[in-house]
Amino acid sequence: MSSGSLLPLILAVVLAPLMQAVITRTKSVLAGRIGQPLLQPYRDLWKLLRKGAVYSQTTTWIFQMGPTVGLASVILAMGLVPFGGSPALSGFTGDFVLIAYLMAAGRFFTVVAALDTGSSFEGMGASREVTFSALAEPALFLGLAALVRQTGHLSLSPVLASVSTVTWRHAAPILSLTLAGLIIVFLAENARIPVDDPTTHLELTMIHEVMVLDHSGPDFALIQYGAALKMWLFAAIIIGVAAPWHFGNRWIDLGAALGGMLVLGIATGVIESSMARLRLLRVPQLLLVAIVLSALALAL
Amino acid sequence: MNQLINSILVLLVLTGFMLLSSSRLAACIRAIAIQGVLLGILAIVIQVGQLSVAGVLLPLSSAIVKGFVLPWLLFRAMREADTVREVEPVISYNLSIIAGTAALGVSLWLGHRLTLSNQPPSSLLVPAAFFTSLVGMIVIASRQKALTQVLGYLALENGVYAFGAAVALRLPILVELGILLDVFVGVFVMGIAIFHISREFDHIDTDKLRARTARL
Repeated sequence: MSSGSLLPLILAVVLAPLMQAVITRTKSVLAGRIGQPLLQPYRDLWKLLRKGAVYSQTTTWIFQMGPTVGLASVILAMGLVPFGGSPALSGFTGDFVLIAYLMAAGRFFTVVAALDTGSSFEGMGASREVTFSALAEPALFLGLAALVRQTGHLSLSPVLASVSTVTWRHAAPILSLTLAGLIIVFLAENARIPVDDPTTHLELTMIHEVMVLDHSGPDFALIQYGAALKMWLFAAIIIGVAAPWHFGNRWIDLGAALGGMLVLGIATGVIESSMARLRLLRVPQLLLVAIVLSALALAL
Repeated sequence: MNQLINSILVLLVLTGFMLLSSSRLAACIRAIAIQGVLLGILAIVIQVGQLSVAGVLLPLSSAIVKGFVLPWLLFRAMREADTVREVEPVISYNLSIIAGTAALGVSLWLGHRLTLSNQPPSSLLVPAAFFTSLVGMIVIASRQKALTQVLGYLALENGVYAFGAAVALRLPILVELGILLDVFVGVFVMGIAIFHISREFDHIDTDKLRARTARL
């Protein structure tokens, strides 16, 4: 265990919904609309939290547990991710494996909750989610392994701390391949556009959204908040690689990382506005490309 | 300098995967064109420090022929044969990508095992060359359209060219010009052949052609 800082966790907990707002706002502006206010996700969460939850009679305690476990696992994982030069709350050898599997545990409970409703649509969504995440996982691990091999550390905080402009200068091909792989994983895991459309409400085409159709009120708020945190987690890792400036002053470093998050949010919005969703059958191909990119980065 | 060579080689490998994973013929032709230009740049970059006029002009002309003239011929063949995409490859695109990854592993292994008389400027050069040739073979073996098979042949040739850049820093001018001319004529003839086949039989699907000759 190394001494860590609470700062990355606090920033994530406070700012995660804002990143989603930035993406939505970018999409609105590119589509020629004004868009919702940047604080809208917070208001939505507040609104949902004040409502009551409706539970179908066919569901059991598993259905009610899903959102809570999902959020708890993401928050736990968040405690292991450093941000902008501040080390994570906790870190140990091989902690990135725990991060990946905490997320997998959260996903497992969301999937089980979806299956618990007995709805065929939710079963379909669960099946797709699991299929694609099985393909995203090797890409994530190979990418992280490439970073580990490049930096020689086995814990996420020192790995991201030792990626610097110097590393970029002598290993640019490796880092850019890793980054490309991680960005595809980021889009796939967070149900963003080339893989899934977060705004669609047609059950046949949805992946993530369809699984949570039956959750309402506070439960749905937990799910939305968990999704925002998950996106922040992946984005924090990507920004740790892509914006490796260490100025020495932790506040300037933090500012740079926050700026990086803003740029990534806008970039995601631009990708979503300029691309169409892939056909479901083509999604595995995209994820295979991510695996290949990460594997190539590891092999170099 | 080594960074630049490595970046070019990584791009070369990525264009190989682009060729394997794309169903659109236009994207495949573009991948081959990018490969041609990359190899031209590579051949010049490798010689930095001992540049000669011929050493610049030859890669430059090869880059122009492979990057612009051949793609133009291929695009014309594509338009005349009226094909936009490879319909049903023998090996699916997902499997092709996996086969490509396997080919990459084999090439890396071979590249480390092979002892060359003179050290190549980057340890990645020989694997990338092998990989490009293997991609060419996979494409030739697994695609059904004659045009895609021509693209596979070009990738194969690109791999050989890259290997040449790795082992012999400078081939005799005549040999290199000869190869370039051979490839040019090859593609030219294939372009005409594809056009005539497609006019005669309404398609350039080699599997169906085989069935037709078997019946005759």
